[in-house]
Amino acid sequence: MKRGLALYAACAYAFLHLPLLILAIFSFNASKFTVWQGFSLHWYAAAMADTELIQSAMNSLIIGICATAIATVIGTMAAYALWKRASTWVSGAMYLSLVTPEIVTGVSLLALFQWSFRFLHLRLGMHTVILAHVAFSVAYVAVVVMARLRSFDPALEEAALDLGATEFGAFQRVTLPYLAPAVIAAAMLAFTVSIDDYVITSLVAGIDSQTLPMAIYAMARRGVNPVLNAVSTMIVVGLGAMVLISERLRK
Amino acid sequence: MRRLRTIFLTPAGALMFATLVVPSLIICTYSFLSRGAYGGVERPFTIDNFERLIAPLYGAIFFRSFWIAAVATALCLALGFPLALFIARSGERKNLYLGLVILPFWTSFLIRIYAWMFLLRDTGLINTVLLKIHAIHDPLPMLYNDGAVILGLVYGFLPFTVLPLYATLERLDPSLLEAAADLGSKPWDALWRVTIPLCAAGFRAGAILVFVPCLGTYIVSDLLGGSKTILIGNLVQNQFTASRDWPFGAAAALALMIVAMALLFAARRRGEELL
Repeated sequence: MKRGLALYAACAYAFLHLPLLILAIFSFNASKFTVWQGFSLHWYAAAMADTELIQSAMNSLIIGICATAIATVIGTMAAYALWKRASTWVSGAMYLSLVTPEIVTGVSLLALFQWSFRFLHLRLGMHTVILAHVAFSVAYVAVVVMARLRSFDPALEEAALDLGATEFGAFQRVTLPYLAPAVIAAAMLAFTVSIDDYVITSLVAGIDSQTLPMAIYAMARRGVNPVLNAVSTMIVVGLGAMVLISERLRK
Repeated sequence: MRRLRTIFLTPAGALMFATLVVPSLIICTYSFLSRGAYGGVERPFTIDNFERLIAPLYGAIFFRSFWIAAVATALCLALGFPLALFIARSGERKNLYLGLVILPFWTSFLIRIYAWMFLLRDTGLINTVLLKIHAIHDPLPMLYNDGAVILGLVYGFLPFTVLPLYATLERLDPSLLEAAADLGSKPWDALWRVTIPLCAAGFRAGAILVFVPCLGTYIVSDLLGGSKTILIGNLVQNQFTASRDWPFGAAAALALMIVAMALLFAARRRGEELL
């Protein structure tokens, strides 16, 4: 049974990881077709020369960084507050936002924005995308930071208070340093979710806020394209590098 | 003492109110309104939208979505369990093997689905290789059908069953298996009659974690299913964009949400934490 299980696991891992690996290999193919005709960086050059792709990548980075920063702050604060004393309402709402199907979140936010534009003279754009990304990533941040808080000893904070620290001082100088690794991990998760989102983003984006997943999606719907293989490889490698660096930072 | 907590909780509470509670109320209201002449929403209040949902045309879409999500969930559980078992019994290398399951969470879901388009299309890798070795004469139509959608869902959500199953296997008391062996049961018997029943909680958690997102899937059915496979997610998206029938879209979104909530509630009542 043991050998059978190992064989099965090898197949399962191949199933999980080979498709991306094959995609990456063929992004270096000189030919446009699925026949290997030698190594080439042609498709990478074509991707870098595509101004629309570069612009959407820039938009994605701006949105990802802004949304991650805001969501990490709000989510960490919420996790700390919920650790002090539970709140059924807030944690229930966050749980709900985690399990709501993306498409429902997307159309709900679209309806909210369009409704609010009756009073506000605004339009869909970068700001609505950032707000939407903050809304769906706060819960991820809170869950990750909460997990770390479970192993935090409240006596450490009490000691700081006894020694004359203010409540905020104790949080800032005792609790927050302890939480730092989880906060970094949470930010990475929020950034990954933000940079990858298509469903919600495409619904709340305006004409000036096309993101990288939107550009990729439009290309993918037109069919397979070697430029897209190169873009995909760069994104996967980029995200991988980011995760590795954050792992180093945590140690 | 309580002031800091209040200050810290306010932003998240306000955000959740503004982006979860208010939009839900708007969607609920819209679902009872009529479609306006220019794609907006108008009075009178009506239940037409919900009646249309259960009419044969759209009822069939709901049924198909349930069917596809159920098949994908069953496959994820069946394929995920042996992998979870392998990881739980792999000793020192446990973390490495677990990491290989978590790795996809750190890549892009969209790109992972695109990779299958690259493999499955008529001139894709699989067809090219099969044609080269003369196993087939015409390319197999592997893309743009229900099978491709189910494959994409299983590929995307398999890790969601492996993790909870692994967590329950990890907590399993090994002496129970020793007892089964002492009483004369073979490893296969013990697996079926001891291990699997004791993993019921993991199966339930995995089923919910996969079924709910599969039911509302949009990307997978759109990219791998093409225009032939319309599921609830595509229906909702379409009503809010191309068709501009917001009240009907809102009713469909509300129905999807209610089903998802009911399933989660049913699973949670057993007193288990899903997250």
